[in-house]
Amino acid sequence: MNLFADAFAWLADPANWSGAGSIPQRLGEHLWVSAVVLVIAAVIALPVGAWVGHTGRGREPAVMLSGGLRALPTLGVLTLFGTWLGIGLQAPVIALVILAIPPLLAGAYAGFESVDRRTIDAARAMGMRELQIVGKVELPLGLPIVVGGIRSATLQIIATATLAAYIADEGLGRFIFSGLKTRDYAEMLGGSILVILLALVVDGLFALAQRLVVPAGVRATRARELRSGPARSRAAVGQPITEGNQQ
Amino acid sequence: MNWLWSNLDRVGELVVVHLALSVPAIILSFVLSVPLGWIAHRHRWSRGILLSIVGLLYAIPSLALFIALPAATGLSLRSPVNLVIALTLYGIAVLVRTATDAFDAVERDIRQSATAIGYSAAGRFWGVELPLAGPVLLSGLRVVIVSTVSLATVGAVIGVQSLGSLFTDGFQRGIQVEIITGIVATILLALLLDWIAVLLGRLLMPWTRTSRLRRAAPVEVAVGAEGS
Repeated sequence: MNLFADAFAWLADPANWSGAGSIPQRLGEHLWVSAVVLVIAAVIALPVGAWVGHTGRGREPAVMLSGGLRALPTLGVLTLFGTWLGIGLQAPVIALVILAIPPLLAGAYAGFESVDRRTIDAARAMGMRELQIVGKVELPLGLPIVVGGIRSATLQIIATATLAAYIADEGLGRFIFSGLKTRDYAEMLGGSILVILLALVVDGLFALAQRLVVPAGVRATRARELRSGPARSRAAVGQPITEGNQQ
Repeated sequence: MNWLWSNLDRVGELVVVHLALSVPAIILSFVLSVPLGWIAHRHRWSRGILLSIVGLLYAIPSLALFIALPAATGLSLRSPVNLVIALTLYGIAVLVRTATDAFDAVERDIRQSATAIGYSAAGRFWGVELPLAGPVLLSGLRVVIVSTVSLATVGAVIGVQSLGSLFTDGFQRGIQVEIITGIVATILLALLLDWIAVLLGRLLMPWTRTSRLRRAAPVEVAVGAEGS
């Protein structure tokens, strides 16, 4: 526990809270890079995912692309772009965008695909145009899953932005790498604690958002379904079969 | 390309080291997750706790966990065991949720029928529920295989040798072929282990041979797990 005490002492040291390379500056960089990457990746991946989910066309390539890109080792992509583009923010930003696309794409097409085809047929029968169906039916109903994709993409970006400090002078990961270089475990651990806190806070915010974007109508139906019967049997042993009471 | 031919031995060595890091983590996380998922499926009180813990675990960035874990375990930062523990934790973060869903998906009627024809609780688990949960467990395992093999490379920056050493070495010396070799080798290794898992699944679950395996692409399960 001594090690944690050292790390907290490092975190509490006022010298680390002001000036160049201070905790607030590194946190700001981390958030800024993550936000820029998320916006770029979302602008690319979400419309494509929505189109795939809506039309059902190009599903196989989308699944393969998002699955295949997942196997890419993040450190390999970062260092490869680092040697191509040199030191600076360009390399990590491009690498991070590539790595953020699979979860965004997967979330978007899974979200749009999850909408019951009968609901879409009903909307079409009522005279809605395709764009209206996309915007007013599929988007609200699929949004929790789309937000889920954005959530895992954001976590992935925050994690990889930490690693990106290996190739660029950026973000909270700098504390980890400078600690590794000088064998200063307190600094490494302090930086790690900051990164973990950041990830957990962001994850919590997204969990909240995922709950809030469930349309009121869907929430009401879900509550009724839950009330109508136990989700699973208590104990199958010795329970009389009560037909008609099962559902 | 010259680099590759003159360093083939080194790459082969690192492949073996990489396997020694990722395979134990994959097996351990599977062996630990199945009972944990079963507990979460069986007992309402444990479900919320277990699933929140693995959810939080899943959110922790890998590099930060690799650094923070030795402070809790007392191991050296450069110890391969430290890395295996961290990778196992990430595997558990994915698989406990999948295992819970897999056991939940076994229909109540089937469980009641099994009890009715005389299965004991343990017999029902091994003979009915586990085989029926098998295909979903396999798809979760495939996700873990791909992510573990890829994550293991991150250990290179803290000094644990793996295929990731090709990235750090290639970056420091500016040899792109070395980095590309590392990326390709990592992906091939993931595909190889994935293929072995599918093959084992076919041997152990011959009834899924028709079309199930095709449908259970890793990415779909991953999305399903994150969506809920």
